Amino acid sequence: MNAPINIASLFKKTKDIFSFHGGVHPPENKAQSTRLPIGSLALPEKLVLPLRQHIGTIPKVKVAVGDYVLKGQLIAEAEGSVSAAIHAPTSGTIKAIDNAIIPHPSGLPDQCVTISPDGKDTWIERHPQDWKNGDINKLIASLRLSGIVGLGGATFPTQVKLRKNGKSEIHTLVINAAECEPYITCDDMLMRERNDQIVLGIQVAQRLLGAAKVVVGIEDNKPEAIEAMQTATANSDIQIKVVPTLYPSGDGRRLIQLVLGKEIPHDKRATEVGIQVFNVATVVALYRYFEFGEPSLSRIVSMTGNIVQPQNFEVLFGTPLMHLVNAAGGAKPDTSHFIMGGPMMGFNLPSTEVPITKAANCIIAASPTLFAPQPPAMPCIRCARCADACPVSLQPQELYWFAKADNFEKAQDYNLFDCIECGACSYVCPSNIPLVQYYRYAKSEIIALDKAKEAANLARERNEFRLARIEREKEERAAKHAARAQGAKSAKAEENNNVPASDKQAAIAAAIERAKAQKAAGNVAPKNTSEISPQTKAEIEAIDKRRKKAGLSDDKPLTTDAEKQAKIDAAIARAKAQKAAAGKADANSAEPESKQPVADAEKQAKIDAAIKRAKTLKAATAKPPTSDVNSKPVADAEKQAKIDAAIARAKAQKEAALKAKEQQTKED
Amino acid sequence: MDRSPYIANAPSVGNIMFKVLLALIPGIAVYAWQFGGGVLITITLATITAVTTEALMLKLRRRPIAPFLMDYSAIITAWLLALAIPPLAPWWLIVVGTAFAIIIAKQLYGGLGYNPFNPAMIGYAVLLISFPALMTKWPAALSLAEAKLSFLAQLHYIFNQTLPANVTLDAITSATPLDYLKTQLKLQQSMSTIQSAPIFGALGTRGSEYVSLAYLFGGLYLWQQRIITWHLPFAFLATIAAISGVFWLIDPSQFANPVFHLFSGATFLAAFFIITDPVSGPTTPNGKLYFAAGIGIITYLIRVYGGYPDGIAFAVIFMNICVPLIDAYTQPRVFGHQK
Repeated sequence: MNAPINIASLFKKTKDIFSFHGGVHPPENKAQSTRLPIGSLALPEKLVLPLRQHIGTIPKVKVAVGDYVLKGQLIAEAEGSVSAAIHAPTSGTIKAIDNAIIPHPSGLPDQCVTISPDGKDTWIERHPQDWKNGDINKLIASLRLSGIVGLGGATFPTQVKLRKNGKSEIHTLVINAAECEPYITCDDMLMRERNDQIVLGIQVAQRLLGAAKVVVGIEDNKPEAIEAMQTATANSDIQIKVVPTLYPSGDGRRLIQLVLGKEIPHDKRATEVGIQVFNVATVVALYRYFEFGEPSLSRIVSMTGNIVQPQNFEVLFGTPLMHLVNAAGGAKPDTSHFIMGGPMMGFNLPSTEVPITKAANCIIAASPTLFAPQPPAMPCIRCARCADACPVSLQPQELYWFAKADNFEKAQDYNLFDCIECGACSYVCPSNIPLVQYYRYAKSEIIALDKAKEAANLARERNEFRLARIEREKEERAAKHAARAQGAKSAKAEENNNVPASDKQAAIAAAIERAKAQKAAGNVAPKNTSEISPQTKAEIEAIDKRRKKAGLSDDKPLTTDAEKQAKIDAAIARAKAQKAAAGKADANSAEPESKQPVADAEKQAKIDAAIKRAKTLKAATAKPPTSDVNSKPVADAEKQAKIDAAIARAKAQKEAALKAKEQQTKED
Repeated sequence: MDRSPYIANAPSVGNIMFKVLLALIPGIAVYAWQFGGGVLITITLATITAVTTEALMLKLRRRPIAPFLMDYSAIITAWLLALAIPPLAPWWLIVVGTAFAIIIAKQLYGGLGYNPFNPAMIGYAVLLISFPALMTKWPAALSLAEAKLSFLAQLHYIFNQTLPANVTLDAITSATPLDYLKTQLKLQQSMSTIQSAPIFGALGTRGSEYVSLAYLFGGLYLWQQRIITWHLPFAFLATIAAISGVFWLIDPSQFANPVFHLFSGATFLAAFFIITDPVSGPTTPNGKLYFAAGIGIITYLIRVYGGYPDGIAFAVIFMNICVPLIDAYTQPRVFGHQK
């Protein structure tokens, strides 16, 4: 009697977890940092808060040097639609607002606010909110002041992910607790120690999203965390799904595939098919924000690797790296540098001076023994191990070939932009080819080229638009002159009557005809409309409509003088207004009319020169990392430097691109 | 290491190639046991030639010599060519073939990773076309030969082409079954008569059928070590078996059975060691199936209808040409994309 039911449930259980292609299983190295509970740090001497800790617009600083701030006080408020606020992690005095080195692969300094703690850790007045019953829209809107971003490492502002866009309803919330990268254990420890808060956080997110179903995906190498979570969720309808340990199962799309068996189309976001993904630590931050009125001030960081006592710590944002390192007993003597993130996708921290930020899930002390230097790259032997390992089912060996040959079109044909840069391909490459670096390089080049093309198109468009406007102004001026002359003449005509009205009429008609011909011959209808962005098109259309409404492009002959005069006056006023507006928009158009053709040629030449410059610059600086021994045997250092530069460039460009994308979505 | 991923878990190219050499050893051992030690001399000559020409070319091309010699790819080419040509051929034959394979077919295309054709097969094709008589003069298995040459006698023969006083060339050589089959069928002999000739063994060619089994063993080792995937050997052997099976079922008096085709010529050497060359082969799983099936079909057609006793080299070279096309049309579905 029971047997068939058991078999059915067994079958269901095996069907519960799906799989994705490829993936790798590097040594986990997680045990080291899970021996001790989550530790806390003493207040550091200073806290350096980079303004750029998230994806999106830099927040606007609301304090001045010398200000005294309380713990939890807003230091910088979210600016624009995709942005996150920053708060004082403790009470103290604002010491500086200037450029300081931030944890970014480029190693470039960026705007930071430095706080000198007073040691009192005095809280600002907190405002808990009733997240169980409160108005959902109000709750979501209030998150703009929370400073919460995705704590899995993506640092996308959480408020944006919860905001209703009216396009799609979220039916399933996936909680990402896979933590697939080796060494990182911050989510593991969080689940072991604060699973009650996680469950409450999930309930917060579930209510805000209106999601009916919640699935938590955890890799099977965290038995303690799984048990803890199963116990904590026993009385809820939250599903815990244990996925096999296979990097990169923690990638959003891979995790959705694993736990739901749903492949998110490459050109869609998960939210568009009703699925939202949150990291476990993020939902805890949500819960604490609503329940206690605490903004995002700290996170759990795994401090591990070549360190005396690897451990997870609750670290205030802005804490200097060395403060954390020292808390873990200090780095061992042969430590060469520190890595932020995991060994698969992390990056070298440019200095030990950098602060811990919202993205810092893990700091690994690196040493040559821990991460052996790579032997020189050999040529690709097309063994296709990379293709077997690729979780996106790309053909890394082909992409490598295309990236190396600067054959970007082909690279895009082979879906370069679907690459998630997980590094699985490099991990299994017998030839030690830095494949991910090649893809980053190709991506950044393509983005840069697209941008250059866009800029050139925009410049051309603008120029054409300007020419059209100048033509129109000329036309209007001619009409004005004619009208004035006519006005004077008509007065005279009373006396002399020697200039026939028909002549006047003819002159005006001729002027109009001329103007029309010029208009037809000129640039009113640009040839490249196909390349104009929809926005610009809409603008042009709007202007055309306005003009039509105003009768400017009206073909009817002007009959009465009064009507004429009124229209001319209107045209003048319009022209003036437009000129003023255009002058604001396009500073270049301030040149006098007589210089026009020369100026145009000059401008075109300038644009051409700029494009050429950009091209040569690119050729000179951005050659791909020719790194295999076959093409460049000795220049290892040079190679590495180039690769590093490419990475930095790629990251910076990626960020810029993302920002642009956000901007776009905002405007949409 | 100062860029992510900071960790790696991959055998080096040299490591992979070394395992391929290792996997060839059982086949070579059985070969020497069945046909005498001459093959060891040929392999040695081929190895010396390959290493020398590879080093020379790397020097001329101003490339680092040590890392590329240590990848063992030149030695694989040398061994495969040595195993593909008659083992008692004069010493200069293997030297010329190997030198051509390394210099022209490999290094002039850019060395490891850049050669569009399987260098060993290019070397083989060049020798077969240039010296057809020498390339088809196969020694009989020792168990069949009227006179058994000692290792020293074989060594002497390879370098001087002189036999011991009382031994004639006919006493040590014999037609290969593939060749014999073709000529006898033209003479209207029945299949059963032909196959009762002593050169036919239980499975295929007497003597070399054991070598084939040893290659199979080595191939399984490569598969177990994840150096090769099942796609290429399986598709190749299955195609040979299927196509020869169909012809055999249609007319058993005119066409040899599938087992004979599998265990004759260089079928197993090709299945696990020649067509599995990653550089000149396709990379996609489906592409591998098409590639290997293509080689199987062409091999069979050349064996049965072509002018050469065995057609693997030409089949491989022809399918090498098709690799870019095959790869382009067999791209797997990318995650989140429709096929």
